[in-house]
Amino acid sequence: MITAITMPKWGLTMTEGKVVQWLKQSGAAFAPGDELLEIETSKITNVVEADAAGTLTRIVAPEGTTLPIGALLAVIAPPETPTSDIDAFVAQFVVAEPADTATEEATAAAPREVQALGRTLRCLELGSGDAVPLLLLHGFGGDLNTWMFNQPAFCERRRTLALELPGHGLSSKDVGAGDAAFFTDVIEAALDVERVHVVGHSMGGALAIALAARLPERIASVTLLAPAGLGPEINRDFIETFMRASRRREAVTALQLLVHDPSLIGRAMVEEFLRYKRLDGVVGALETIAHAWFPDGRQAVDLVASLRALTMPVQVIWGRDDRIIPAAHAVAASSAQVHILDGVGHLPHMEKAGEVNRLIRAMIGTG
Amino acid sequence: MPVKTIRQALQEALIHEMRRDPRVVVIGEDVSGGAGTEGGRDAAGGVLGVTKGLIKEFGESRIIDTPITESAIMGAAAGAAVTGLRPVAELMFSDFLGVCFDQIFNQAAKFRYMFGGKARTPLVIRTMVGAGRSAAAQHSQSPYHIFTSVPGLKVVVPSNAYDAKGLLIQAIRDDDPVVFCEHKLMYDLRTDVPDEAYTIPFGEANVVRDGDDVTVVALARMVHYTMEAAEKLAAEGIECEVIDPRTTSPLDEDTILDSVERTGRLVVVDEATPRCSMATDIAALVADKAFAALQAPVRRVTAPHTPVPFAPALEKLYIPDPDRIAAAVREVHGYAR
Repeated sequence: MITAITMPKWGLTMTEGKVVQWLKQSGAAFAPGDELLEIETSKITNVVEADAAGTLTRIVAPEGTTLPIGALLAVIAPPETPTSDIDAFVAQFVVAEPADTATEEATAAAPREVQALGRTLRCLELGSGDAVPLLLLHGFGGDLNTWMFNQPAFCERRRTLALELPGHGLSSKDVGAGDAAFFTDVIEAALDVERVHVVGHSMGGALAIALAARLPERIASVTLLAPAGLGPEINRDFIETFMRASRRREAVTALQLLVHDPSLIGRAMVEEFLRYKRLDGVVGALETIAHAWFPDGRQAVDLVASLRALTMPVQVIWGRDDRIIPAAHAVAASSAQVHILDGVGHLPHMEKAGEVNRLIRAMIGTG
Repeated sequence: MPVKTIRQALQEALIHEMRRDPRVVVIGEDVSGGAGTEGGRDAAGGVLGVTKGLIKEFGESRIIDTPITESAIMGAAAGAAVTGLRPVAELMFSDFLGVCFDQIFNQAAKFRYMFGGKARTPLVIRTMVGAGRSAAAQHSQSPYHIFTSVPGLKVVVPSNAYDAKGLLIQAIRDDDPVVFCEHKLMYDLRTDVPDEAYTIPFGEANVVRDGDDVTVVALARMVHYTMEAAEKLAAEGIECEVIDPRTTSPLDEDTILDSVERTGRLVVVDEATPRCSMATDIAALVADKAFAALQAPVRRVTAPHTPVPFAPALEKLYIPDPDRIAAAVREVHGYAR
C-alpha cells in the first residue's frame, strides 16, 4: 500500500510548516521511532518520527519549502512498487481541506470551559473510547499548548484532558493562596472522570504527585516530567526573568533557558508567551504562585515522602541538561522508573516528543 | 479566541478602563453620537461608532459632547488631566491639529517638565489618520511624524485589533500625554482579541514576519500592504523581515537595528509625506547606528511631497501600494556595489 507523509498540525493555531531537513534520504528504509524530518513552525521546531517501519520511497517536499498542514511531504511504498504508481499517487494526492472555515471552526478541537471552585478553567479534550482517560497537567507559566506534540498521540482509544490551571493561559487569574493544596483542590473539583492516568510537567508534576497521594484509587498511573517538589534547587534567575519579562528580549532569554537547543524557540512561541504575560492579573497570579512554591529562589514544596508512598505505577522522565530543576532530583524517586534523556532540557515532552510519547504509552498501555 | 474588529477592540479598551477607573472620561465632538438628531443620543455612537453605547453605561458626566472647537476640547482635556482626571479626548481628524496645537504641543507635552516633574498629564488623544476615502487634502493626512517630533508626547500607530486594544489600555494607564492614531480605513479589520484587559508596552515593535534577506519597517495600513508584497517576494525567493514599530515615540530602535544587522538591507514604508517623516527618521537611525551592516542603500517608500489628491485615481497613485513596496525590496535585494 502506498501512504503519504503529510504536514502535521501541532497545537491549536498552526496553519503551515517549513521542511527544514530530511533526516532520511529518498529510498531509505526506516523503523518505528526513526526520525524522518525536521519541521519548523513560527512557534517551534520539531522532528517527525515514523509510526511504523517502511521505506521513504520519494521525497516530494524539498528542504526549505513551506507548506500548509495536510500537504504531501513524502511517499511511503513497498520497495517493489512501480514508479508509475508512485507518480499517480503524487498526481492524485489532494490536501484534505475543510469544506469551509465555518465548518472547520465548528468541528475543530476547541477548548471548553470547566467550573471549579468558582474559577473558569479551559480544558482541551481530545479523543474518545473506553480506555482509562489521560489527564495532562502543565507547569508554572504553561498552558494547553504545552501538550501540542503529545495529546494527539493518545486520543485514539481514550479521552485526553489537558487542563489549564488558574492563573494560566486564558483560565481565571484568581489563584487563591497559589500553593499545592489550592491547585490540587481545583484539579479534584474539575476532574469529571472516575479514574485517570496523569502526566504532569514541572509544577504540574508536583501536582500529579499530590493528586495521586490524595486520590490513590482514582489515579491509574503517574508520569512525571521534570517535576517540582523533589528537591530544594530551582533556577532563580529563570523564575525572576520569567516573571519580569514583558518585552521580547527578556522573554527570549527566559524561554531559551527551558530547552537544550535554543533554536527550537520560534517567534510565535515568544509572542504567545508575551500575550499571556500582558493580560491583567497574570503577573500578580504568577507572583502569588512563585511566592508559595519558590520563595527566595528555593523550592518550598517537598513531595518526596508522598511520591515514595504512592502505590500505583510511577515513572519519572528528565532531561539531562535541565537548567530549571536539576535532573539529579530524580534520585528522590527511589521506587519509580527513571528515564534521563540526553540532549534535553526542561521540556522533554516538546524536545523529545516521540520518545516521551513512547514512554507514556508504555506506562498507560491500552487499558 | 474571539475575532474582533479594530472598532470593537477600541471600544472594549475604553469600557474596560472606564469601569476600572472612575477618573477616565471621554470628551470630544459627538462622542455620545447622535445628540440633536432624530434618534437622539447614542443613535450613531460617534462619527465611527467607537463610542457607541458608552453614554448609556457611563452617562453625560463621563461621555462629554463638546462644541465643534478642537482648541476647547484639547484645552479642557489637558487641564482635566493635570488636575486629576484621565481624559480620552477625540481629535476627530488629525488634520485639525493646527487649531489645537498649542494645547497639545506647548501645554500638555510640557507640563511635566515645566512643573519640575510634579505634574502628570494622563491624557489620551484619539485621532484619525490616513488617505484612501477621497476625503481630500484636509481630511486625509497622516501627520503622526509631527506629533512624534515633540518631546513629551508619546505616539501610537496601531495596525491591528489586538495591538489597538492593548495599546489603548496602555495609553489610558500612562501618566503622560499619548496621541493615539487610528487609520480611518482600518476600523473593520479583524483579528483574534482576548476578552480580558491587557497592555502592550510602548517602544516594543512587533516582528510581523521573519526573514533574512531584507528588513521592511512599516506602520499602520502599510504593514498589511507590506505583508502582501512579502508573500509575493517569498515566491521569488526573497524573504522579508517585516517590523511594525507600533509606537513611533518611543521608537523600538533595537528591534530595527538588530534586524538590519542581520539582513544588511532596509526598506521603510510610510503613508505619510516623505520630508521629516518616520521613513526619514528610521532611515537616518539606521545610517547612523548600523552603517557598517548596510549592504545596499536604504529605500523609502512614501507618499510624494504633495497634498493628498481628491481624485480617486490620483489618490490611489499617491498611497504606497504592494507593487511599489515589492519593487523597492527587489531593488535593495539586488543591489551590488
